[in-house]
Amino acid sequence: MILPLRMTEVSFAAGGRTIIDRVSLHIEAGPSTIILGANGAGKSVLMRLMHGLLQPTAGRVGWEAEGAHRHQAMVFQRPVMLRRSALANVVYALECAGTRRAGTAAMEALEEVGLAHVAHRPARVLSGGEQQRLALARAWALVLDEPTANLDPGATREIENLIKAFDAAGTKIVMSTHSLGQARRLGDEVVFLHQGRVAERSPIERFFPQPASAEAVAFVKGELPWA
Amino acid sequence: MPDGILADPRLWHIVALSLAVSVSAVALATLLGLPLGASIAVARFPGRQALIVALNALMGLPPVVVGLFIYLLLSRAGPLGDLGLLFTPQAMVIAQTVLVLPIIAALTRQAVEDAWREYEEQLRSLGVDGLRAALTLLWDIRFSLLTAVLAGLGRASAEVGAVMIVGGNIDGVTRVMTTTIALETSKGDLPLALGLGLVLIAIVLALNAGAHLIKEAAQRRFG
Repeated sequence: MILPLRMTEVSFAAGGRTIIDRVSLHIEAGPSTIILGANGAGKSVLMRLMHGLLQPTAGRVGWEAEGAHRHQAMVFQRPVMLRRSALANVVYALECAGTRRAGTAAMEALEEVGLAHVAHRPARVLSGGEQQRLALARAWALVLDEPTANLDPGATREIENLIKAFDAAGTKIVMSTHSLGQARRLGDEVVFLHQGRVAERSPIERFFPQPASAEAVAFVKGELPWA
Repeated sequence: MPDGILADPRLWHIVALSLAVSVSAVALATLLGLPLGASIAVARFPGRQALIVALNALMGLPPVVVGLFIYLLLSRAGPLGDLGLLFTPQAMVIAQTVLVLPIIAALTRQAVEDAWREYEEQLRSLGVDGLRAALTLLWDIRFSLLTAVLAGLGRASAEVGAVMIVGGNIDGVTRVMTTTIALETSKGDLPLALGLGLVLIAIVLALNAGAHLIKEAAQRRFG
């Protein structure tokens, strides 16, 4: 498990611009955490910092089990599939994580996301929604960076249902989105990101009716200008 | 082309030797060039950019210069003279391998680097880097790499300067299609030179057509 994950005063700057500004976060196993924010708020960069794909320019990202985070596949906005069958893609990911009997486990994962019938088809010819489901099957503690950003409403619903099913089965979910509806449907708590800073963190039932920060009030009302 | 030439067993010996030398050289260069190119694509080390420029420049190595270099190495007074390889088909394979290796390595480096740009985050999120990443990429773009190998084969089969110098164009021993064409043309036996030229073009065309069909079929199958 990557969790608990502790970020202490983490900043990230690139090209002379501060993208993440002194963020401190403690994310524990359990409730699903939604990183909410407008386009350009720094969600994707924050997810990559959490995952260890980017090194912070200041501050510290710590995992409970050092080194364990490397075995967590991340789900990106646009999944990259290897040129092999759907099944072989999952087997590859499981083998990278050191799973024994990867073949059987991969088939089970495909059944879970409803892709068993296309297991032997090339992953790259699957539809966008199917590829993203495949990406879900490839990951297991779910770190999701706007997984539905490039999908149509039907495929988005399928992915959301899957994420709910994973959540119900006890899988920890950390997901970024700019969609209020999606945050409301999938989240237990919201971390609201504004211009690279955590403006607010609160349980979902409190965030929407009574946002505490001025930025969150504006965002919920749809008034926040695009950053 | 007169029928008599095609019935000549010496012609088919020349064709067979040409194929054996060029295909062996390309096979060796592929074995060395694919991992070399992929490693340079994935690894980061000081002097990497200079190495890439050098590798790209080596694609244009003049065959006669490579021939001369290998000649000096293998000649009786040279450092590898004791092996007694000069004027043998093996010497020709060595020279052509040296010529083809930079082509395959440089084209592989470019192809793998382009793929790495696309795959990097996903692979790193799976904890894959270094050698394993290079091997995964090589396997994933294997059908695109066929083009690199074909470019190498084109260079080897068309080349005359290097095999002429290290092989010596000895009748029945190291005489290949290109050296025969050069020799027969200078002797004025144009029908034989022309016949061999057509055979050479036909072989290259057939090999490329075969490779293209394999690539098309594989892409339909693996996506």
